[in-house]
Amino acid sequence: MNNKISNWYKTGSPWVWLNAGAVAISVILVVGLLSLIAIRGLGHFWPGQILVADYAPPNQESRLIAGEISDTESVSASRLEAAGLPVPKGMETLTRDLLKVGNRDVSGSDFAWVIDLWLENRRYPENIVALERREWGNFYGYLTSIKQNGNIVTEGDAVWPEFQKRLDRALSIYDEIYAIEKHEIGSVNSRLERLRLEQRGLELNETATPQALADIEAQRKVYQAEYKVMEAKLGDLYVAFNRDSLVATTVDGIEIEQSFGKIVRAYKPNAMTLPQKMLFYLDKVAEFITDDPREANTEGGVFPAIFGTVMMVILMSIIVTPFGVIAAVYLREYANQGWLTRTIRVAVNNLAGVPSIVYGVFGLGFFIYFAGSQIDQVFFQEALPAPTFGTPGLLWASITLALLTLPVVIVATEEGLSRIPSSVREGSLALGATKAETLWRVVLPMASPAMMTGLILAVARAAGEVAPLMLVGVVKLAPSLPLDGNYPFLHLDQKFMHLGFHIYDVGFQSPNVEAARPLVYATALLLVVVIAVLNLSAVAIRNHLREKYKSLEA
Amino acid sequence: MLDEALDLNTPTRTENEQRRAAPEETSSTPAFNLDSLGRSRRKLSLEQEESCLDVRNLNLFYSEKQALHDISLMIPKRRVTAFIGPSGCGKSTLLRSMNRMNDLVEGCRVEGEIQLDDQNIYQKGVNVADLRRRIGMVFQKPNPFPKSIYENVAYGLRIQGINKKRVLDEVVEWALRSAALWDEVKDRLHESALGMSGGQQQRLVIARTIAVEPEVLLLDEPASALDPISTLKIEELINKLKSKFTIVIVTHNMQQAARVSDYTAFMYMGKLIEFGDTDTLFTNPQQKQTEDYITGRYG
Repeated sequence: MNNKISNWYKTGSPWVWLNAGAVAISVILVVGLLSLIAIRGLGHFWPGQILVADYAPPNQESRLIAGEISDTESVSASRLEAAGLPVPKGMETLTRDLLKVGNRDVSGSDFAWVIDLWLENRRYPENIVALERREWGNFYGYLTSIKQNGNIVTEGDAVWPEFQKRLDRALSIYDEIYAIEKHEIGSVNSRLERLRLEQRGLELNETATPQALADIEAQRKVYQAEYKVMEAKLGDLYVAFNRDSLVATTVDGIEIEQSFGKIVRAYKPNAMTLPQKMLFYLDKVAEFITDDPREANTEGGVFPAIFGTVMMVILMSIIVTPFGVIAAVYLREYANQGWLTRTIRVAVNNLAGVPSIVYGVFGLGFFIYFAGSQIDQVFFQEALPAPTFGTPGLLWASITLALLTLPVVIVATEEGLSRIPSSVREGSLALGATKAETLWRVVLPMASPAMMTGLILAVARAAGEVAPLMLVGVVKLAPSLPLDGNYPFLHLDQKFMHLGFHIYDVGFQSPNVEAARPLVYATALLLVVVIAVLNLSAVAIRNHLREKYKSLEA
Repeated sequence: MLDEALDLNTPTRTENEQRRAAPEETSSTPAFNLDSLGRSRRKLSLEQEESCLDVRNLNLFYSEKQALHDISLMIPKRRVTAFIGPSGCGKSTLLRSMNRMNDLVEGCRVEGEIQLDDQNIYQKGVNVADLRRRIGMVFQKPNPFPKSIYENVAYGLRIQGINKKRVLDEVVEWALRSAALWDEVKDRLHESALGMSGGQQQRLVIARTIAVEPEVLLLDEPASALDPISTLKIEELINKLKSKFTIVIVTHNMQQAARVSDYTAFMYMGKLIEFGDTDTLFTNPQQKQTEDYITGRYG
């Protein structure tokens, strides 16, 4: 028997099983993690049925409630009893539902916990309407009438079709207003601001001739006239926009009047067929990916955050790659391999182990307060006291992360350089190439897959980093993108949004915890997807390079 | 850089015209005094040869260890000189000191002189890159660059700043023809050189080396990693090339030395034991050590 076990041990099978087991556990963990955030996150966009029921706790008057069941859990009876609820005797646990009841403007809170047992008379009326609003969250209730300029124009059954027609009109006006406010007025404002800075600059340099000032003034008049035109246009649009309003009642009979301008979307979830729900779902997902956030980041989309994340990672890559490669080339190819080089190498490796928040502090202290304010003193004097680069922004965030990921790139590139066979270098040198020519024409191209590996690791680390970014440029809400049509197009000094910080913000800083929770998962999933896409494209480039320069030793 | 390129360009073009005719020239020499490889059977004598490289009292040290002891020999122009000897005898070291490839080895120190055109290549101020262009080298293992066949051959020219497509096309074709590779690769010039067979790669490396038209070709066991047929092709190539280039070949294989070389140097333990024309060295060695080696008693 003993012999048998020792023989089995000698075959190596236990090792194989151990290894296979470790791999299996890792795979299960990864799949489990991804499916958890996928299920929790993606479910959020599905239009749930609206339940209408009589809520009748014992010894209390029953009342009508309506809402979507967004969560269910079982609670011990004693806990509920301690909370003062009249729990029936002889029950260990009770099921309670989290009901999204909406109507925050009427009832004060969007969510309510109800004991499942006490929900009576459950029904899903087809004519109940859910309204997504720009303020006060969702509204659930029945439409009663539509008013135009305060006069009732439609009532009864004709309300729903008429409502949809008018909603489409309002939404298209909204798009127009959005375009004017965001792009056209934004552009005029940016030009006016530049004019102001130009004038201030002239005054500071004491080169302000009356002629130049008059030119600026004339230009400003032109812009201001442009602005006036747009303002008038906006005024007209707003009047048209707020023309219609809607009268609706909640299930318990409270009437509200709602301007069409504040409605984003309206639907009757209980009357929707499956294909309709799917379309609605896709629409919501698209909104999440392409739209600006609303209501303290708990509604709408996260597009600025996606854009900010990708933008920052790309800038970081542009900064870190040449730096890391040049440093690695010097360390490996030119520097004397003595104690100094060894010390530098150890220092570089240790940099990789420094907690990221330390980089954030360094970025704030050195880049922003020191370098940034120096830059402002020299180049952006006319904007002072308002800082341009002396404040957290995209550039500093990218540089800080580039510093953070520099060791990875250096180590990977050095590794790649050391793997180039010396026979190839000698071949080039024997043809009369100098060391530098050999480096440029043969060695660096052959080491490029290794550089890409370094960059992939750098991107993976940088895209997920949040802590240092909070110090050097990321903010909760920055709907204006760092890349737009206004000079100088790429606004390196602007603050930006980031998916990682967005998760933190929505998860911990949101005033509306219940509404924010699914968004935490959805944003996390999106962050994973964005990082995966960035990485996969880098991997694709690397594989292409690898194919091209595949090692001679292989 | 540009001036240099233009300077080099002019002679290159004219020499090209002459050299492109070279392979045919060799085959048109009278047949009666040639052996199976086209090698001249005429009696050779070192005294009558024109010198190309002159090694004088060369000592070479790797850190403290002396690898070459007081080597003096003359490499004759447009002849094939072979270095033979057991492993570790310093023949590759001697070869690599001729185009200063040993400079790349840390702790390597050289005493003595190697004269090329009456100039010591170890003198201060010698442009090593330029020296290596004049003294090309082919290594034991084929080492093509991970580029296309065309770019491999054009590499040396591009280094010199020659980028005109017409010139490059001409030189690439001439070099590949000289290396007896043109017919095999002319349809896939722009495919990766790494897809070729070992023998083809080695001939490509030779083509790449002669494309910059060096005066001397140093071959460091060029056929040791190849199969017999590829070896034969390389040997034929060496014979063809010697009418235009001075060739120095290091080989492990005594038959190969006997087949391809005009002169042979036998080295042992970092010393030059015997140097003379190949036939005499193999048939009537003057030194006991040489005789022992070629009769297979050691090595």
